[in-house]
Amino acid sequence: MVPPTGFTAQLTVFSAAAMAFLAVFALALSLAAGRLADRWTSELARSATVRISAPQGQIEAQTRAALGVLQTTPGIASVRVLDKDEQQALLTPWIGQGLPLDVLPLPQLIEVVGDETGYDSEGLRQRLAAEAPGARLDDHARWREPLVRAAGRLRDLGLLSILLITLTTAAMIVLAAHAALAANAQVIRVLRLIGAQDSFIVHAFVRRFTARAVAGATLGTGLGMLAVLLLPDAPETAGGLAAGIGFRGWGWLWPLAVPLLAGFVAFWATRLAALRSLKELS
Amino acid sequence: MIGLENVSYGYGDGELLSGITLDLSPGSFHFLTGPSGSGKTTFLKLCYMELVPTAGHVRAFGRDVREMDRDDIARARRRIGIVHQDCQFLDHLSIAENIALPLAVGGRAGPDDAENLDALLGWVGLGNRAGALPPELSGGERQRAALARAVIMSPDVILADEPTGNVDWEMSKRLLSLLAELNRMGKAILVATHDLNLIRAAKTKVNARVLRISDRRLQLAGADL
Ligand SMILES: Nc1ncnc2c1ncn2[C@@H]1O[C@H](COP(=O)(O)OP(=O)(O)O)[C@@H](O)[C@H]1O
Ligand SMILES: [Mg+2]
Repeated sequence: MVPPTGFTAQLTVFSAAAMAFLAVFALALSLAAGRLADRWTSELARSATVRISAPQGQIEAQTRAALGVLQTTPGIASVRVLDKDEQQALLTPWIGQGLPLDVLPLPQLIEVVGDETGYDSEGLRQRLAAEAPGARLDDHARWREPLVRAAGRLRDLGLLSILLITLTTAAMIVLAAHAALAANAQVIRVLRLIGAQDSFIVHAFVRRFTARAVAGATLGTGLGMLAVLLLPDAPETAGGLAAGIGFRGWGWLWPLAVPLLAGFVAFWATRLAALRSLKELS
Repeated sequence: MIGLENVSYGYGDGELLSGITLDLSPGSFHFLTGPSGSGKTTFLKLCYMELVPTAGHVRAFGRDVREMDRDDIARARRRIGIVHQDCQFLDHLSIAENIALPLAVGGRAGPDDAENLDALLGWVGLGNRAGALPPELSGGERQRAALARAVIMSPDVILADEPTGNVDWEMSKRLLSLLAELNRMGKAILVATHDLNLIRAAKTKVNARVLRISDRRLQLAGADL
């Protein structure tokens, strides 16, 4: 019904493809940041350290008292007293080998691992203070929280990017639809004269723009997924977020929503643009 | 079916048409004449609801145009076949597709279409030009194609604006006999033309009333033609 327009059609397809490509990355980033935030929240929350600093003679007694408290605290899966060798291994990177650790007044460390339900750190702190005044619970909260916040913020930024990409796609399609409607004013006039209702004309444009947006977005999504797949592997421990970017398992289904979203956006954007400009046209 | 009651219209500065009353009833045949610029096309636009009168009432199939929304007007237009002065085709579609377009637009495309379309193309003598694009046709061929498109929905009313505008005399007579044939099938027909020869030729074929726009008003032309 509406004459084909080669160049603008290609532009629409290209823009949809580019937006979908970007959306796939924003999605991968969001998912990775989300995973990181979750991991830091759960894994780090579960492991904690109790440090006992006391005069040499009291360390053993206080360690025992602290163990007693820890073993009767709900939400703690395991408790382990680090031996001298382990403590030395932990310190070596910081103070070098060959130091006579035996003679240094080292605090005693106890590794605490919480279970799925977790424990109440504040309550534990108070009980430790009562039973073993030299015991300090370090649940890594001080450095964990900013990390978790940063990862969470990064995830939100990714989601915001997806929202912006969606809105930009809608704006782009509204502009393209407006241009197409204006360029086809004569066609629309003729269709009106032979009895076409607005819905018929709108449908012709909507079908066309939805098809272009879905085609472009499918292409862009495919390329985006390929690019994510081909990201070089970095060791998880070293890379942190960079190593985590990508999709995992069922996560690969997420980017498939991008062409659907593009089609949905194109459908409504064209529909609203067309209905509005038809009213203005005649 | 289409009725004008005391209708006036002006494009802005002053009235072009005023106090016009006319009823296009089934089986009627009207010619509308008047010098160029007298408002014939404007009159037809009032009839097919492209324009809304500045005063008075236009009724289409019993409803006042002012009370009809865009979809109502679209549906009413399916019952009105229009031959425009400049034909108004979609130039990227073939003649056959253009002629069949009202069916698609009206949601009436059906299995018999191809056969009906062939018969219609034969009737207007365009059987061998079906695949041509509108710009490839001569003026006369285009106007016959426009007539074919105007009647494909089997409308109750046919409005033709200078249908013989750029057509030689032989072709004019053919178009006229096509219109006369439709009139005998009970369609109301209104032809705007300043071609008096055409009107004279028609008098032998149909029982036509001749209206003239003169001094903004519609007058019944005398027997002097
Ligand atoms: N859209 C328009 N806006 C302003 N003036 C118009 C418009 N259409 C036609 N006219 C004027 O109205 C007058 C009648 O035009 P028209 O109805 O086309 O006459 P006809 O078909 O009898 O030649 C002309 O003077 C023309 O210039
Ligand atoms: Mg005219």
